[in-house]
Amino acid sequence: MPLTIEEVRHIAHLARLKLTPEEEGRYRQQLSAILDHAARLAEVDTASIPPTATVLPLQAPLRADEPRPGLPLSLILANAAASEDGMFRIPPVFEGEA
Amino acid sequence: MPHPTDLSLLEAASALRDGQLSSRDLTQACLERIDRLDSQLHAFLALTPELALSQADAADGRLAEWRRDPASPLPITWGIPIAIKDVLCLEGVPTTAGSRILEGFRPPYTATSVGRLVSAGAVILGKTNTDEFAMGSSTENSAYGPTRNPWDLARVPGGSSGGSAAAVSARLCFAALGTDTGGSIRQPASFCGISGLKPTYGRVSRYGLIAFGSSLDTVGVLARSAADVVPLFTVIAGHDPLDSTSTPDPLPEVRLDEADPRGLRIGVPQEYFIEGIQPDVERAVRAAIEVFRSLGAEVISLHLPHTDLALPVYYLIAPAEASANLARYDAVRFGPRRSESSLTEQYLETRGQLFGSEVKRRIMLGTYALSAGYYDAYYAQAQKVRTLIKADFDTAFQAVDLIACPVAPTTAFAIGAHGDDPLSMYLEDVFTLPANLAGVPGIAFPVGFDSHHLPVGLQLNAPRLEEPRLLQACHAFQQATGWHKEQPPL
Repeated sequence: MPLTIEEVRHIAHLARLKLTPEEEGRYRQQLSAILDHAARLAEVDTASIPPTATVLPLQAPLRADEPRPGLPLSLILANAAASEDGMFRIPPVFEGEA
Repeated sequence: MPHPTDLSLLEAASALRDGQLSSRDLTQACLERIDRLDSQLHAFLALTPELALSQADAADGRLAEWRRDPASPLPITWGIPIAIKDVLCLEGVPTTAGSRILEGFRPPYTATSVGRLVSAGAVILGKTNTDEFAMGSSTENSAYGPTRNPWDLARVPGGSSGGSAAAVSARLCFAALGTDTGGSIRQPASFCGISGLKPTYGRVSRYGLIAFGSSLDTVGVLARSAADVVPLFTVIAGHDPLDSTSTPDPLPEVRLDEADPRGLRIGVPQEYFIEGIQPDVERAVRAAIEVFRSLGAEVISLHLPHTDLALPVYYLIAPAEASANLARYDAVRFGPRRSESSLTEQYLETRGQLFGSEVKRRIMLGTYALSAGYYDAYYAQAQKVRTLIKADFDTAFQAVDLIACPVAPTTAFAIGAHGDDPLSMYLEDVFTLPANLAGVPGIAFPVGFDSHHLPVGLQLNAPRLEEPRLLQACHAFQQATGWHKEQPPL
């Protein structure tokens, strides 16, 4: 069943992707084709099959919680588009709500 | 003495120990060859000549000491120039994952796999091209332009480790690191006529690897032969406290001198010889299996009945994991920023403008598969069918030691051949995805040519943690044949 353009816009918003109208149309068609291909998974009887989230035989391993030095702040901030006073700077989130 | 770049990695290591060549000689020879050829190939996204030459000089110092005390331990990688796929971090060196969203990013730390090679004396020539975030089968999805296949510049090198494969094949370096989430080491190795090892999931640390599909991602090695893969693989394998998914099992010594296929049970899955496979590929693959039989292996026909479901399972699970992993690209901590009118606009504009079309497609697909109302039908069902695919391998490996099959249905295709048809491109991965879903290791290596003189590869898979068996089988084949010595016409 093909996706609607509204569904494409909803997914794009959930994924925080601004799409052009041309992209919305193209992804609608392409994602519908891919999901159509995936539809045959529904035909497999998996009622008694557990899901595989990881192929590892490991349990979650634990290590000792020992303090150690982290990376220098200047190195961490060096890749940020904007920083100030040792912090990442972002546009205001709560502006006007005070 | 042949030109330095014509030497195998092992020959170069031997020449370094003998003092016939210095690491500086090898490094300069590689840099000159890159300078001459990479404008055509575009295998590299960033070169690090100053770093490489300083590492080479340091290696030469240690090699001189070693010659005075040859009993002291010295890894085979010492002084050997290699390349790194640009999804692995090297402190201070631009790392983009082939994406504009990481343009200008200089990692504050080094990936464990890369750091172990540097500690083992390897010389880093630069970072190689990749499909954006390793999502692709041709390296055409790089935001910085495609890499070209050294065997035919009009064709793709495969992907996503296409830059690493082209660089090794064109003898711009002696070996390279790649990553394999759905075939991204094995398929480009096959397309470029070299040997590529995808290790067991968890065998090599992923600390410092830019994450794509976390239940599938592996770091491995591309080189000109199994014998040349071993020294790098031996260095990078093993537990890393910084990666909780890395296996505590130590890698046993890989004894290629003990490679002996006599009595080896090799399974050939019938589901891999499907309609649509290029006849030249099937012919070369079947001939290679006959080589193993002539070397004393027992060839056994078998079934992996859920093979045809691997593609839909993978293309739900990998995008779902990618959609979560790529949520971190929010223009806060790294990467360029587009729009600052609000935080939401910053996310929407930056991600909308700077992710490429395949990456956006997979984020959308994964977001959909995980979203309310669709999770059970798509993601949860894919994880259950993944159990069946893994069980196919578990069952098969009760009867055989190795599985032999094609790497891809075709040889290297023309740049642009798949146009804007994602599903037809995904079908290129049909023979490599199952090993990632099952977590088992695989190796691809050249076993012939098609009618256009493009390399054809064979894939071997082994049970978990049995990379030594894979490497021994590949080495035995390469002792008996000469396909891996063929060089592209550059």
